[in-house]
Amino acid sequence: MDTAAVIENLKNYDGPELKLMEVCGTHTASIFKSGIRSMISPAIKLISGPGCPVCVTPAAYIDKCAGYAMKKDHILLTFGDMMKVPGTDGSLSDLKGRGASAELMYSPFEAVERAAAHPETMFVVAAVGFETTAPAYALAIEDAKVRGIKNLKFVTALKTVIPALSLICENQPDIDGFICPGHVSVIIGIRPYERLAAKYKKPFVIAGFEAEHILAVIYDIVRQTKKGEARAKNLYGNAVREQGNIKALDIIKKHFEEGPAMWRGLGIIDRSGLYLKNEGYFDGGSRGLDADIKLPGECRCKDVIVGRINPDECPMFSKGCRPDAPWGPCMVSGEGACGIWYRNRKA
Amino acid sequence: MCIAIPGKVLSLEGNKAKVDFSGNTVTVNTGLVDPRPGQYVLVHAGCAIEVMEKEKAEELLDIFADLEELR
Amino acid sequence: MWHMVQKQKGVKGEGRMKITMAHGGGGKDSADLMKNIFGKHFGNEILDKMEDAALVDPSLFCNTKKEGMGKIACSTDSFVVTPLEFPGGDIGKLCVCGTLNDLLMMGAQPLYITCGFIMEEGLETDLLERIVLSMAETAKEAGVKIIAGDTKVIEGSGGLYINTTGIGHVPSGREIGAANCKKGDKILLSGTLGEHHSCILSARMEIENGIRSDCAFLSDVANALLDADINVRTMRDVTRGGLATVLNEIAESSSCEMVIREKDIPLSAEVKGLTDILGLDPMYMANEGKMIAVIPEKEAERALASVKKTAHGKEAVIIGEVSESLPGSAADTAARVTLITPLGGTRVLDMLYGEGLPRIC
Repeated sequence: MDTAAVIENLKNYDGPELKLMEVCGTHTASIFKSGIRSMISPAIKLISGPGCPVCVTPAAYIDKCAGYAMKKDHILLTFGDMMKVPGTDGSLSDLKGRGASAELMYSPFEAVERAAAHPETMFVVAAVGFETTAPAYALAIEDAKVRGIKNLKFVTALKTVIPALSLICENQPDIDGFICPGHVSVIIGIRPYERLAAKYKKPFVIAGFEAEHILAVIYDIVRQTKKGEARAKNLYGNAVREQGNIKALDIIKKHFEEGPAMWRGLGIIDRSGLYLKNEGYFDGGSRGLDADIKLPGECRCKDVIVGRINPDECPMFSKGCRPDAPWGPCMVSGEGACGIWYRNRKA
Repeated sequence: MCIAIPGKVLSLEGNKAKVDFSGNTVTVNTGLVDPRPGQYVLVHAGCAIEVMEKEKAEELLDIFADLEELR
Repeated sequence: MWHMVQKQKGVKGEGRMKITMAHGGGGKDSADLMKNIFGKHFGNEILDKMEDAALVDPSLFCNTKKEGMGKIACSTDSFVVTPLEFPGGDIGKLCVCGTLNDLLMMGAQPLYITCGFIMEEGLETDLLERIVLSMAETAKEAGVKIIAGDTKVIEGSGGLYINTTGIGHVPSGREIGAANCKKGDKILLSGTLGEHHSCILSARMEIENGIRSDCAFLSDVANALLDADINVRTMRDVTRGGLATVLNEIAESSSCEMVIREKDIPLSAEVKGLTDILGLDPMYMANEGKMIAVIPEKEAERALASVKKTAHGKEAVIIGEVSESLPGSAADTAARVTLITPLGGTRVLDMLYGEGLPRIC
């Protein structure tokens, strides 16, 4: 088959309506960027899942980071995505205008270099992400240890994907298949999806991030559902090994322990958080943080984020809640489900 | 949830590598992989997370060749 | 005290000379600075008069009896970029090109420019002089005189901010503006996207590459259209907010919708590599030497051929067209610009929301 044939097939799909969840925020962004929804039959519905670490960060965590950013001789370092997440009193971006020292970083190793270069300042890293990023933080800590750097702290809000996927499978039986996150899978391999596929009898297929990768996976899931199959497959074999990246998994085990984590809009999910063991670089992180801003009663983010409703079925969509004035996680990140639907709105 | 892109390893030094992305050179941590110069590595947040076996074009061709007919 | 006196005398040999609060005092130090740096490089018969205001004689640029007065175009902009010097240019070249381009985009012939400098204490005078020289050279190449200016010194750590105001003349009968676009008009882009933004980010994030800012004065491209008697609807340079923002602004002014094709948008491999690494979208990145022009359908091929002969328009391409004119003015929330993706899908290209920060996720 070639790309054109696959697109043709998906455009002409006339079977029963299918709901496919793309779990990963980066997949949501790729799908939007390449216009995949416009290329396939409307009977194949793509739902954005909760795999956007920005989107699912609770306000209490932002508040904690903001606290550090406002402290004298402290600089908070964060990835760009986090700057606009609303805390109780505004986002980090808002607080910069009120004296907060919050700066962008591109990698955790930058934080180590900056700490080494400026021993008089405490650098606090807003350590967010999934399994893909956890090993990088661990390596940065090892580097800091070797160099005897003490003016460095990691406030973690790291999460793992599989517990959230399980929760969705338990509560959303009408999802027909899952487009699995390619780069998380580089770390964790295919085994976890094999267990899920066996338990919930749905296809779980790992996809890369080019439009072609995603189209191939959508095609495969449609084909599997047509044939009544429910297999875990890896269509990103160039990057994803069956067993994952063993070194990465070992280093995560070495420096992190599991615990419950608060997912904005979803609630607390057991064993879905990664917390640094106490080695001197750890600051509580989001452990025990279950406070979130009081979302307005009409906010239906928790239904959007698991694909129960479409963004435009939420009463606040584009009225009280817009990308420039977001409430729930889905609108917070420009590539959350609501952010993307908003940008695709017509007159 | 994670942007990572493939780049070509130019040189190695200790636990770091100089990696090229279409003319952009970035220093990357190689604690998770064992690449050789000339190989492609997938890089996320300044960290190489895997060695890529094939070129992208070849990879996509292989993926599509393996897809079975829908009907 | 001794140290301050030394600074005021500008004694070399104690490290590099730097701007101090004294240079902003209005006294001898200010006068010396004006003479030794600004006056030295900017001098012309208008500025040299050193009056409180510059006087210009309109008959120098328009013959009211023959053609009608036309219009005076005026544009102001402030420049706060760091680093002050970067591959392909500096803040000086940037401010002159930026303001003159804004005049050009209205179909004006740029004539005069003013500049206000806000200098932070600690700014090295060598660096300041390089920037001033760069401005003088850029203005000279553009045939424009610097006729008024101001300097202030504030506390800080060596920063520099420049405001420039440009004055130009639009000949009588020329009506170029964002509200002019009509269904069927073609959209021409003069070259590759993202160079300036990429260059600045690379410098700040210490990513090594050969990307240079595309900072340039675009008179060759604009004149290639105007001199060929093309009925240009509107022109815009693609700066902050990127191509997507510019197209949305025009579409809103003209109450129209546009369709553009991603595969036709030129992007260098290096810029693409950088945007991939940082998770940025080139459609929202700033250039400083690229522009778009909206051209009536029948004249588009001729316009393109004319632009491609110029130095700054060699890689020009038609990227799309105005697809619909909307009756009256459509609701604010209408999606106006659609991008056709390389595989044939579509996505809405909205304006830039917020800052356009590098992404990890």
